[in-house]
Amino acid sequence: MSTAIVLAGNPNSGKTTLFNELTGGRQHVGNYPGVTVEKKQGTYETDIGRFDIIDLPGTYSLTAYSLEEVVARDFLVNENPSMIVNIVDASNLERNLYLSVQFMEMGIPVCIALNMMDVAKKRGIEIDIDKLSKLLKVPVVPTIARSGKGKKELMHAVAANAFKDVEPLKVSYGLDIDTALDDMVKLIQPAGFLTDHYKPRWTALKYFENDQQVIEAGKKENKTIALKLERVVQKTADHLSSTLDAHPEGIIADHRYGFVNSILKQGVIRFYQDENRLLLSDKIDKIVTNKFLGPLIMAAVLMGLYKFTFAYSGVPVTFLENVFGWAAGFAQQMLPDGILKSLMISGIINGVGGVLGFVPLIMFMFLGISFLEDTGYLARMSFMLDRVFRMFGLHGSSVMAFIVSGGIAGGCAVPGVMATRTLKSPKERLATLLTVPFMNCGAKLPVFALLVAAFFAESKALVMLLITMISWVGALLVAWALRSTVIKGESTPFIMELPPYRLPTLKGLLIHTLERTWQYMRKAGTVILGISILLWAMMTFPGLNKARLAKFEYKRAAITSGLSLQTLNDIKTLEEKSLTKKALAVKENLLQVDLDQARAALKNSIAGRIGTSIEGVTRFAGFNWQTNIALVGGFAAKEVVVSTLGTAYSLGEVDPQETASLSNKLKKEKGWGPLTAFSLILFTIFYSPCFVTVVCIARETGSWKWPAFSVIFNTILAFTISLVFYQVGSIFF
Amino acid sequence: MKIINLRQMNVDQTGIINSIKANGELGQRIRDMGLIKGKEIKVQGRAPLNDPVSLRIMGFTLMLRNNEADHIEVEVQ
Ligand SMILES: Nc1nc2c(ncn2[C@@H]2O[C@H](COP(=O)(O)OP(=O)(O)OP(=O)(O)O)[C@@H](O)[C@H]2O)c(=O)[nH]1
Repeated sequence: MSTAIVLAGNPNSGKTTLFNELTGGRQHVGNYPGVTVEKKQGTYETDIGRFDIIDLPGTYSLTAYSLEEVVARDFLVNENPSMIVNIVDASNLERNLYLSVQFMEMGIPVCIALNMMDVAKKRGIEIDIDKLSKLLKVPVVPTIARSGKGKKELMHAVAANAFKDVEPLKVSYGLDIDTALDDMVKLIQPAGFLTDHYKPRWTALKYFENDQQVIEAGKKENKTIALKLERVVQKTADHLSSTLDAHPEGIIADHRYGFVNSILKQGVIRFYQDENRLLLSDKIDKIVTNKFLGPLIMAAVLMGLYKFTFAYSGVPVTFLENVFGWAAGFAQQMLPDGILKSLMISGIINGVGGVLGFVPLIMFMFLGISFLEDTGYLARMSFMLDRVFRMFGLHGSSVMAFIVSGGIAGGCAVPGVMATRTLKSPKERLATLLTVPFMNCGAKLPVFALLVAAFFAESKALVMLLITMISWVGALLVAWALRSTVIKGESTPFIMELPPYRLPTLKGLLIHTLERTWQYMRKAGTVILGISILLWAMMTFPGLNKARLAKFEYKRAAITSGLSLQTLNDIKTLEEKSLTKKALAVKENLLQVDLDQARAALKNSIAGRIGTSIEGVTRFAGFNWQTNIALVGGFAAKEVVVSTLGTAYSLGEVDPQETASLSNKLKKEKGWGPLTAFSLILFTIFYSPCFVTVVCIARETGSWKWPAFSVIFNTILAFTISLVFYQVGSIFF
Repeated sequence: MKIINLRQMNVDQTGIINSIKANGELGQRIRDMGLIKGKEIKVQGRAPLNDPVSLRIMGFTLMLRNNEADHIEVEVQ
């Protein structure tokens, strides 16, 4: 039998680190039912037993104001875990215990993991652990999650104390509220009002805190009692308002902190240094968030991230390109000509290669991003950028959604759209989730990387930075436009912690990076391969009819007529340099026919017909029909643009030895140049989100209106931008 | 001793919170982070565009916008 326990605590208390320490590789990442908040599950198994561990979202409180908090408490209430392992940051005891009090009020057994003991010690904070445990009446175990210290002791304490029946903690909220709470419990208890889920006093408290979730549930459960409770609350609130000029919510928070403070004051905590003295972290902040240096450093950090990604991923990228090039060459030689060979090379190998070839790039990006996240620098970025974001009707926390989506290139709009769930204001959230798809997600990167490598190879990093800036400016302007037209409205609170700077652990970074890369690959492996094959079919069928095939045969016959068998054989088998001039000319003519035939076949295909039919319009933005097909494919997932271009052009290639990368092919292709390439880059930034994102937008907004809007609006916007750029650019270049 | 608005405090200035004027979600968020009557705070710094502001309270650092700081009254020397 296994014991179900949850890890809960403030953000940045070391929850993830402890979770990784306890569960090792045995973890599973999913979602809480019905919502997109990440749910990590794992097991810890030793001789003392088997524990199923759930990692709850990090929160500061348990109100109904944010989705994380609702998810955390719903889980506690509905799943009834045997124990809450509450991670408490020892270097930040008072605020962390404020949440602990709320857990204890719920009446679920709590065990405190007093984490960051090393940090507390360094800051001159001494904690009397036994006393804390005795006063709170819960086990307290010191830990250093980073090194795994204390985890065995912690789990022993958990094993010894789980399943114990505990009385919910009763904090005194002053005479008025306490009396009212007692009255309310007398109404709740006999009626069994919401008692399946909540302890009576807790329900009463939530009524006082004006918790809409509980109040709504109450209305559904029993209207009469709900009304009576509301009346008690109203009466008390009126009284408090007239005598103390205070609201119940405020009084409750004050008393919770007061309770924590009264415990700490009984000799639990001692400071050997001034609590508020300047820490190293603050000294760093003086420089890093400085008016002048701050923005410069931020730009440098972004630039550095690009350099890091491109410089170090170069070797594995080339290696993978070679592997897939070799595989294509091998298939070319081994398989007989025909549909199967074409499917193998153009559909499967190129499709998978186009996606996997960029995995190293994406891994390095994620490594860089999680480094910034874990050091605490990301929070500083949101600190410095909030003023800017608010100007566009967004929230400082929008930064996170933008960054997850690829604000620092390499994210994904799918989790980005989901990350907007932390934004409570529906309007800022809507504006954010409609504009995050403009960011440079990991799937657009291969497109950019391909074009940049082909046409802007000398100034790679600079062009990539330019691309990032364009997508940011574009996204913000569109957000502003949306917030002043279709989604007008007020802004939401921005009160966040600036966590101290910390050096991340390699293990933490790797787990995080590999998790995300694996997610990308899973998506690539299934959706992309499927679509690559579908597109291959679209580009292969219906094929040329008999009459047209015969025409090409006739041309070949015309070229070879009158030649001796010997010459024909030479053309087929000998190297070019050993052929006579005349034979070489014949060979080239034959090759030209092959190319013409392949091209004709592609143009005649379903995709070719679509691409050609709109070429008349798209050529004003510099796009030929191959690009059009690729862009249509990109609706399925942006990286498909690359694999489709690959397929489109390799179907046009005949030379079996030609396995050089697609960027080399494009460089040689007619109609391709820096102008076309950049026009395509612009279009890729702005046009319709991939359908996975579109589906997410639909789910997040609860209607098909907004996703439809984003498909149509974005595509028109993108085409307009590319069109103007290409036309104006053509005048100068 | 005088009571001023948090927005009016200078960088590195300290003070004791005198009252929180906000209720509802904003009031709850402010209080959850430990900004309650009687706590000592110190203005740590301001973002490059002067907003948000970062504060030191109970040994950690917090950021909030100026228009949120407006709801917090502080007693300063
Ligand atoms: N010095 C020290 N650092 C720690 C300890 N535990 C965690 N950390 C570091 O603290 C940082 C935050 O830890 P996380 O595990 O990501 O914290 P979290 O609570 O999961 O935070 P969120 O993911 O934001 O909810 C990381 O850089 C950890 O390496 C500890 O006991 N001592």
